Amino acid sequence: MDPSALLAVGQTALELGLICSLTVLALFLSYSMLNVCDLSTDGCFTLGAVVGAVAAAAGHPLLSIPAAMLAGVCSGFVTALLQTKMGIDSLLAGIIVNTGLYSVNVAVMSGSALVNLNKKDTVFTMVKDLLAETPLAGQQNTVVAAIAVLLTVGFLTLFLNTRLGLAIRATGNNPDMVRSSSINPVFTTIVGLCVANAFTGLSGCLMAQSQKQAEINIGSGMVTIALASLLIGATLMGRGTILVRAVGMVVGAFIFRLVYAIALRLEMPGFMLKLVSSVIVALAIALPYLKQQWPIIYRRLSYKQAAARRGES
Amino acid sequence: MLNVSQISKTFNPGTVNEKRAIDSLSLRLAPGDFVTIIGSNGAGKSTLFNAVCGDFLTDTGSILLNGQDITFMPAFQRARHIGRLFQDPMRGSAPGMTIEENLALAAGSGGWLSHVSQRDKKRFRDRLALLDMGLEDRMKQPVGLLSGGQRQALTLLMATMNPPWLLLLDEHTAALDPGTAEKVLKLTREVVEEHKITTMMITHNMNQALELGNRTLMMDAGRIVLDVQGAERKSMTVSDLLKRFKAKVGEDLDNDRILLS
Repeated sequence: MDPSALLAVGQTALELGLICSLTVLALFLSYSMLNVCDLSTDGCFTLGAVVGAVAAAAGHPLLSIPAAMLAGVCSGFVTALLQTKMGIDSLLAGIIVNTGLYSVNVAVMSGSALVNLNKKDTVFTMVKDLLAETPLAGQQNTVVAAIAVLLTVGFLTLFLNTRLGLAIRATGNNPDMVRSSSINPVFTTIVGLCVANAFTGLSGCLMAQSQKQAEINIGSGMVTIALASLLIGATLMGRGTILVRAVGMVVGAFIFRLVYAIALRLEMPGFMLKLVSSVIVALAIALPYLKQQWPIIYRRLSYKQAAARRGES
Repeated sequence: MLNVSQISKTFNPGTVNEKRAIDSLSLRLAPGDFVTIIGSNGAGKSTLFNAVCGDFLTDTGSILLNGQDITFMPAFQRARHIGRLFQDPMRGSAPGMTIEENLALAAGSGGWLSHVSQRDKKRFRDRLALLDMGLEDRMKQPVGLLSGGQRQALTLLMATMNPPWLLLLDEHTAALDPGTAEKVLKLTREVVEEHKITTMMITHNMNQALELGNRTLMMDAGRIVLDVQGAERKSMTVSDLLKRFKAKVGEDLDNDRILLS
């Protein structure tokens, strides 16, 4: 692989990694903090993408961002309501919402499966004009995504250290304690999932606009990708303050995209890509476990060897 | 202070596992009472606590706390005025969060979006120093690193950060080694005396039951079978207590061992 191609791979990984890291940060809140595996992520990502794309196509690229985030909040609210007030298991609540969102998403696109943003203004084209004369010209995608990520990381760091943020973390960390304390777990779960899904929506919105189109399958597999990124990030920077861990999420998303982009460059047929991402995800999840198991395996092997040696002598 | 009147609770009604855990129980506590509760396993001691805390709603009767009817109040709202410690030291604090963060949650001062203030941090430090466990220098460490005794002491601190109207102790020293248990018990006594908190404590230690507090209840089969206080209690010995229990329940105790241990 020649250097320019390598640079292009890094560039794509950085851009996609930054955009996807918003979803990873959303899962950081719902999965790592609230201990809820939110399986509505795929649908919510698509929801943010289509709502944002429809708003941008209608000539309101700036409005697309709050619109997509608000749509995410609504989706998160429904997921939270199902699991806190209707007694539906949290995994199942996510799956139910995810299924329902398919129809909602098609409805938002007025019955079509695609919104084309070619020749339309997006948040990226707007920034492109602003950056025209600066050294960052042509880097609008990365710049916009980086700003969004910075703001999100900053927000999460502040938010998770407020009294509400602490209550949300306690809800995920020790439900027993929360049940016998003055924290209302219904309230903290609802707030946590609403905020998390706002970021998932934002992530989808930026993804659609950077690709200049939103289609119904844009979010498929997103939850797996985001979980893999989250686990990579948690393995590398899983300890320390909330800020360190949140930055770890972004690093995890970038590394995942880098590996994925390199796999893409190996000229494999298109239909193999899903398998590649599954393998990467499985590895990302299995590695921390195997790393933990290795000392035991090693000790067992050397124990057997020593026993064999004693047997010989 | 606490007025429990005629509450009952049956678990799994209408099935083979039907269990009448609380049977038309009434109990009235005066402000500042320190009540010890004894009784064999399954007598309904913890169930009584759970009913008062709102873990489940009772089938009949009413519960009043400080004149306020809390019969149907959700648990988290009752928790503002009821502090609670469990036997398991792991239940009372969040292991993944720092000591400071746990205390901040318990203190609950300021608005939802406020951060822990410097004044609060100082207050936490001073309170932690009272425990004499060196925790005041480990405020930034996750609670998961503490020992069981340290965690139980921290939980006690958290439960009494804002002195509650009622403190419920469910064998909170039973899982600790004798030395640590003694220390946590001493702390409990000090905190309760300092703030004049009305307290109920479940224990399996008969000596402790007579020695601590001003009133002793004995429970059996979801009812209070013995309620001693004042002069009668002062002159009572452990063997008296056991005799009274046998007389009340009207059958031989094959679990003396559990009660005496």
